[in-house]
Amino acid sequence: MITLTVNGQRRTFDGDVTMPLLWYLRDELALTGTKYGCGVSSCGACTVHVDGIPARACQRRMSTLEGKAVITIEGLHPTGEHATQVAWRVLDVPQCGFCQSGQIMEAVALLKNKPNPTDADIDAAMTGHICRCGTYPRIREAIKQAAGGAK
Amino acid sequence: MTSPSNNPTPSSDQSSVDPERRRFVQLLGMGGVVLAAGPDGIRRLSDAERLTASFAEPWSPVAYVTLHDDGMVSIICHRSEMGQGIRTTMPMIIADEMEADWAKCRVEQADGNDKKYGSQNTDGSTSIRDFLPRYREAGATMRALLEDAAAKQWNVNSAEVKAQQHTVVHAGSGRSMGFAALVSTARTLPMPGKDRVRIKSIAERRWQGKKMPSVDLVPMTTGTAQYGADVILPGMKTAVIVRPPVWGGTVVSVDDSAALKVPGVERVIRIPEPSIPAGFKPLGGVAVVAKNTWAAIKGRDALKITWADGPNATYDSVAYKKSLQASVRLPGKAGRTVGNAETALARASRRISSEYYVPHLSHAQMEPVVSIARVQNGTVEVWAPTQSPQDARGTLAEYLKMDIEKITVHVTLLGGAFGRKSKPDFLCESAYLAREVGAPVRVQWTREDDMRSSYYHSVAAHRLEAGVDASGKVTAWRHRSAYPAIAATFAPKVAGADADELTNGASDIPYAIPNMSVEICPAAAHARIGWYRSVNAIHHGFAIGSFVDELARATKTDPVQFLQQLIGPDRSVDLSKDGLVAPASNYGATWTDHPLDTARAKRVVQLAADKAGWGTPLPKGRGRGIAMHRSFLSYVAMVVEVEVRDDGTVLVPRATVAVDAGFVANPDRARAQMEGALVMAMSNTLYSEITFARGRVVQSNYRDYAVTRLRAAPHVVDVHLVESEGLPGGIGEPGVPPAGAAIANAIFAATGIRVRELPVGNQLAGWRAKAAANDSEADGPNA
Repeated sequence: MITLTVNGQRRTFDGDVTMPLLWYLRDELALTGTKYGCGVSSCGACTVHVDGIPARACQRRMSTLEGKAVITIEGLHPTGEHATQVAWRVLDVPQCGFCQSGQIMEAVALLKNKPNPTDADIDAAMTGHICRCGTYPRIREAIKQAAGGAK
Repeated sequence: MTSPSNNPTPSSDQSSVDPERRRFVQLLGMGGVVLAAGPDGIRRLSDAERLTASFAEPWSPVAYVTLHDDGMVSIICHRSEMGQGIRTTMPMIIADEMEADWAKCRVEQADGNDKKYGSQNTDGSTSIRDFLPRYREAGATMRALLEDAAAKQWNVNSAEVKAQQHTVVHAGSGRSMGFAALVSTARTLPMPGKDRVRIKSIAERRWQGKKMPSVDLVPMTTGTAQYGADVILPGMKTAVIVRPPVWGGTVVSVDDSAALKVPGVERVIRIPEPSIPAGFKPLGGVAVVAKNTWAAIKGRDALKITWADGPNATYDSVAYKKSLQASVRLPGKAGRTVGNAETALARASRRISSEYYVPHLSHAQMEPVVSIARVQNGTVEVWAPTQSPQDARGTLAEYLKMDIEKITVHVTLLGGAFGRKSKPDFLCESAYLAREVGAPVRVQWTREDDMRSSYYHSVAAHRLEAGVDASGKVTAWRHRSAYPAIAATFAPKVAGADADELTNGASDIPYAIPNMSVEICPAAAHARIGWYRSVNAIHHGFAIGSFVDELARATKTDPVQFLQQLIGPDRSVDLSKDGLVAPASNYGATWTDHPLDTARAKRVVQLAADKAGWGTPLPKGRGRGIAMHRSFLSYVAMVVEVEVRDDGTVLVPRATVAVDAGFVANPDRARAQMEGALVMAMSNTLYSEITFARGRVVQSNYRDYAVTRLRAAPHVVDVHLVESEGLPGGIGEPGVPPAGAAIANAIFAATGIRVRELPVGNQLAGWRAKAAANDSEADGPNA
């Protein structure tokens, strides 16, 4: 039996502990904002926060989550108005939108650690995330805008 | 503007809502006037038709607008949203014409319906170019009806009243009424005559040139937007399928004993392999049906299958490349003939030739294909991220041998598509399994499935040869191409692409060359070939755009100047009368509406060059390249700046794009499409390649099928849209074709290395040493 919290809610899991967090979130909790893109930690679409640190949900087995606090895109902000989400909307970043949950979760973590990230910081943090629509120029701008807004 | 989902919502409260019930509730909530547009223009549906509109099939309606009793406007988007922004752009056009208040509009996604909406096949960059007049007419008809209703209430002439932002006002008396209050009267009125349906003048448009926030921004940034895999039905199973690894392969035997022991696995089901080519039908294979996705994946990993691979088991990309290159060294079938290229080549003072190669590509859209189906009481209901719900219904009916009227296809948001999701094979799989299992089934393709069992962009070889006279003018152009045909996915014994495929950016080029021969050479298909964003224009654009740059270098002419000279004098050409073989396709348009307009081509070249600061110096290791391509009836020129690192890594710090797409309804989304097209072209040009060995796709995931990442992506994409009221061209695709060549040309400018085979990969390793060796003879990097 694994006990953890997801978006502040206490959850217990007594299924196959090799199950990745991704499928637990999607199939068991119907938290579908966290996306399946590759299953091998190559695209970043499934990024969530585990104890405040960005993690690829496709790689985190349930067995490793005892006592952990998981935050997904749905739990990022009570009304969806985190500065990063707002910046994403102001700049109309998403095209298809599928990768953006992961992009936003990564950007939020980046900004928490580096409130004024340089281009190199943004490169380093975000290069693990794929956007096939090619919204990268706007993602970069949105991170800078969110950083400015947070000041 | 809000975007309620048309689909069952698997919200985080975990209560899966019965979609049937939900839809019923939605129908009950629909009051008011429903407008439909068909080939004969707009008509109003009767109340009976309206109430059953989701189920009945009126004779040729295309329903776009509902005005509810409370004044809320529903705009029914019949095209699939895959990132191009149609769910915002279509309402912008209609609501503007209708004088609706943007805050009181919402968009609803239409189910697949052959008769009601006009084409829903969201590809070919057609949504606006095919539907702009109908959207405007729909909005203007609503406006006229509401004005007529107010005039009737006040007993005044319709000409005295005017709709203004959800209200109709009578200037003479100062009276006004909101749209909501007018519904009951409007509903009783006859349809306005043609003279009453007046399309707004430019000055009257409220959102002309404005940036409107996309309607799905909030759901997309809060995790509540609903894509294919997000649909959850009560009692739903998840299936993962092993498909034949070779096109046309079949299952010989299956040992499912270990798979069935995996906790959560419930069934293992054979899906019959079709005889190929099977078009849109699925490949067959073995499905593992389980309680959840993880169990299905584990169960599948435990299957032991013996395959018969069939004749395509020898498909090998290394050998095939050689065969394509041999093919283009011999004459092909004529796609366009002007003058006599052979004679002119023989007489030329100089002949220049070059060969290019572009590998198979995969769409690699972020959302792997996925589909959910439920079969009950003789009906089939499917939820899927499909680009073409109409084709899907037709294919489902054929595959399941069922009446098409019993099949409903709901369209979710598409997590990227790029042409892959035009093909409904995955919808068929889900419906087949749902019928077998007797419960709703979600078929989840893994990334590996998506990479290895797709419909691939054609691998292509090109050989171009030009004759140049003593003054440096190009007098002859011979272009031979070979690539397996999309048609081979649908019909047997297809020996290569049809000459008409050349009209996708090879035989319709805007150059003033007196002798041209554009030919198509044989190429057999050994994998499913399908269309991928901009289709043949990917490799046509790369080959032609690169060759033009090579000619400029060879004649020691500035590439921009050379391009302008090659396009030549202003002219408007019907290419069906200028050597293009029948049927001389023009992206589905007539040559009268959309002639080849060389002035537009030159304008975008000049605009891109001017805005990019063409000719201004750049540091060592940087270079600019330009290319221009007309495709999907739009003209796009791109100046791309690259930075080539010491290790051969290519970055694209900035690019300048000039676009003449005629009228552009949503400039911000048009800009976004150009940004995205460049980033996708970077993938196509620099990184991505699908190869086959023993008939099997070698690549499996983003680890070995590399795509553009943020680090290499542009910081600035400066997009300039030519202001125009001209007939609209495409926006989603036309940015891709020039970008590949512009990147390759920029790499040449930076390094002196000409890339003729894609992807660039590690071809630039050690470029500094080569550049130093060439320095004495080189022209020096341009621009």
